[in-house]
Amino acid sequence: MKKKSISAPYSPELQNHLTGKHLLAFEIPFSKELLAEHLSNGYVSEACGVQSTNGSYHCVRCGNKEQTMFYTFPCKICDRDCTYCRSCIMMGRVSECAKLYRWTGPGIQFTIPDSVMSWSGTLSAGQQKASDRVVEAVKGKDEFLVWAVCGAGKTEILFPAIEAALLDGKRICLATPRTDVVLELSPRLKEAFPAIEVTTLYGGSAERHGFSPLTVSTTHQLFRFIEAFDVIIVDEVDAFPYSIDDSLHYAVDKSKKASASTIYLTATPSKRMQRLYRSGKLKAAIIPARYHRQPIPIPEMKWCGNWKKKLLQKKIPPAISRWVSERLEQKIPFLLFFPSIEVMEQGIPLFQMLSPNLKIVHSQHPERKERVMAIRNGDVPGLLTTTILERGITIERLEVAVIGAEHEVFSESALVQISGRVGRSFVHPLGTITFFHYGKSKAMIEAIDHIQRMNRAAWERGLLDA
Amino acid sequence: MRVDAKLICKSCDEKLERITGDRCSMCSRGLAGNSSSGELCFDCLRWEGNGEWSGYLSNNISLFHYNEYLKEIIAKYKYRGDYALASIFIPYLKEMLRDIEYDLVTCIPLSVERLKERGFNQAQALADLLGLRTIEVLTRIDTEKQSKKSRHERIALPQVFHVTKNDLLPNQSILVIDDIYTTGTTLRQAAKALKKAGAKEVSSITLCR
Ligand SMILES: [Zn+2]
Ligand SMILES: [Zn+2]
Ligand SMILES: [Zn+2]
Ligand SMILES: [Zn+2]
Repeated sequence: MKKKSISAPYSPELQNHLTGKHLLAFEIPFSKELLAEHLSNGYVSEACGVQSTNGSYHCVRCGNKEQTMFYTFPCKICDRDCTYCRSCIMMGRVSECAKLYRWTGPGIQFTIPDSVMSWSGTLSAGQQKASDRVVEAVKGKDEFLVWAVCGAGKTEILFPAIEAALLDGKRICLATPRTDVVLELSPRLKEAFPAIEVTTLYGGSAERHGFSPLTVSTTHQLFRFIEAFDVIIVDEVDAFPYSIDDSLHYAVDKSKKASASTIYLTATPSKRMQRLYRSGKLKAAIIPARYHRQPIPIPEMKWCGNWKKKLLQKKIPPAISRWVSERLEQKIPFLLFFPSIEVMEQGIPLFQMLSPNLKIVHSQHPERKERVMAIRNGDVPGLLTTTILERGITIERLEVAVIGAEHEVFSESALVQISGRVGRSFVHPLGTITFFHYGKSKAMIEAIDHIQRMNRAAWERGLLDA
Repeated sequence: MRVDAKLICKSCDEKLERITGDRCSMCSRGLAGNSSSGELCFDCLRWEGNGEWSGYLSNNISLFHYNEYLKEIIAKYKYRGDYALASIFIPYLKEMLRDIEYDLVTCIPLSVERLKERGFNQAQALADLLGLRTIEVLTRIDTEKQSKKSRHERIALPQVFHVTKNDLLPNQSILVIDDIYTTGTTLRQAAKALKKAGAKEVSSITLCR
């Protein structure tokens, strides 16, 4: 590579497209010649997408090091045996001969209007206190945790911090593992910051985007960034499916600058994060109360016998059918959480004998959104679901039951999230949460303990009304 | 190179639908209702009724129905370029090949540009993992050259393949490998080119129909 010559001209369009990005050639809609010119000027640099050290491969884009997720094939592009990464293949194949390009030329200058934020809502006392600390945190370069109970209103507390960072000329990204959360956040941010460009990224979103000061993205899409952000806010950090946890952390780390601050936002921090917080290594703001100043309903545990066997015998355990019938009679909307699609599908015909209008929802279900709408509108009395609905949905007067709550898919955090669906509104801050089980699990006890601790903390800080 | 690393789980494997029961004796299409095995499907009747196309492709064997699941797999294999997925099909293809007699095996070629773009030919990858010694007897006719032909020529004779090793073909039974049999056009064009160059018989094996 030649030495960078400051005076050499460069293409502002290419700069705009490539700044902070880490892209394959096919993702760069400019001529080969233009790219080559910038490479030789040192304004763009390239690296092989898959590299090996001591016979062990790693993917430079997604950080994959799992050797079974690489595959070697006779490549007709480089005319030799070539190894590619299977982990991130859906974003276009990264291989030993496929280069990843990044911008290494002059930085983009952008201006932010003084009155960049148009949001003028008010924060509760708990929110305000947390918000002030996040404003502080985005000025530094450390990690910071916002531990806010479900229903605390955690998005609003970010607005002042985003405003402060923008006014400092920082580039900010709000990332979350879930596409539905991205879709929900994007319009709210656009509304709060109407004067600036807000980029929205998720699998299947329009792929060509230039530079913008504020980005909302799924964590997965962060693989296409490198040292881009001065502030990264990771929402629902614990919603990383456990197995791909490492690669998504790699994505977050790669996408931010070395000097960046990182804000984690969650109702259910991992054990590791809780430990770091308790030992003082991770600073945090805790919002233990909901914005409506009522305690979070505590789940009750109810033994229901061998539910698995009963369902196989085409019977609903009596405790459960009583629970469902009561809610059907009183017209209280409810969610029944099942440990797997299989068990749920065994259950649905039995539950439909109690009410033919009951429906199921799971991750592969095409009518997921419509069915959630149907229960909200009262067209459907209740839904049977997998953990897919554990987060992000708010239904007035909702009550929930977990069938087989001792099953391993119901972790402490899953159970806290599920319980967090109940009692979210001003008008109906109460509601029943029942864990039906055939032997209590540690996670069940920990989940209840978690909620009780939060309520206690809220009392102590005067965040609840008597 | 690890070929055996489990690529899809058991429940996904079950989503692959084998073509079984009554099917078109020529193209493997599953036959519904009143047609019975041994008969030709509507498509094949039409091809064979056309003097320009009849008698070239003797028969095509397909393994699976081209259902939504397989569409996803094939798209990931071909367009995303996940070469490893080829190995899903190898045991099935091996089993099929036991019953097929042929003298020479070849693959439907990609154009040079396409090959440089994708890095591999999806049919060739199958043959390679099967350990077959294929011979490249077909090449794609340059689309640019083709566009120079008159409009009439192109419509009347959409020739896509060119036979390279003519001397190898006389009196040979040729087996052609491809990934999908959709309309049958590609394979029939290949068969026509090969037979015109002297091949005795041309049949094909494809993953799906
Ligand atoms: Zn990768
Ligand atoms: Zn290569
Ligand atoms: Zn599977
Ligand atoms: Zn047929």
